[in-house]
Amino acid sequence: MTGILSGLISPKADWAWRVAFLLGAIAAPIGIVLLTGAPVPLQADLPAWTIVAGGLLVGLGVSYGGGCTSGHGVCGMARLSPRSIVATAIFLSTTFATVFVVRHLLGGF
Amino acid sequence: MLRTVSAAGIGLSFGAGIVVSGMGNPAKVLNFFDIFGSWDPSLMLVMLSALVVTFVGYRLVLRRPAPVFEPKFHLPTRRELDLPLIGGSALFGIGWGLSGFCPGGAIPALGSGAPAPVIFVASMIGGMLVANALRYLSLQRAAV
Repeated sequence: MTGILSGLISPKADWAWRVAFLLGAIAAPIGIVLLTGAPVPLQADLPAWTIVAGGLLVGLGVSYGGGCTSGHGVCGMARLSPRSIVATAIFLSTTFATVFVVRHLLGGF
Repeated sequence: MLRTVSAAGIGLSFGAGIVVSGMGNPAKVLNFFDIFGSWDPSLMLVMLSALVVTFVGYRLVLRRPAPVFEPKFHLPTRRELDLPLIGGSALFGIGWGLSGFCPGGAIPALGSGAPAPVIFVASMIGGMLVANALRYLSLQRAAV
């Protein structure tokens, strides 16, 4: 996912398929709402600063780490790439640790 | 043209999978990681089934000489386990744990109409731009 997006941030000649992919992904919940008539469940009962800080860290992290859940966690793991296996083990661990610290040591935000 | 239409179709399939499975819903994602609290293990099945389908799919698809709409396959070739990979992945996990959003969850969630994915994706693009700028500066310093 971030590989497709980052190709738009440093524009390359092959932007059309990237934009088409992203628009297709964004259209999915709209189509589901139109088909089922029910809203898509989305609960983000968090202070805005955690979403901003989370976004900044994710943006920095995926740029240096070279991938996210879909890139390393699914595609790279499926190719048995050593880089992706290491990256996935690390980000699953730090996500778990962050949730533990926030919810159980700090009492949640 | 067909290439662009096929990319949109693939994005639609990806986004539908994310939305239906709950990967785009921060509360569900954070509960998946909260093993000692309100643990919701269902997203493990989502990751596992995505992995199985991709594992089998790659082995079938990569038997072809090339993709349908592209002259050749583009697969990552790097092997080194370096500091940017390790540190970057660690930072990504902290961000995912703070917000409950990963990129593949938040981008389809933009279509839900809720404000949180918009705030997240804007901040994430900000982080990517900062990383690009830092990399550019370090390349310039290396050139001097």
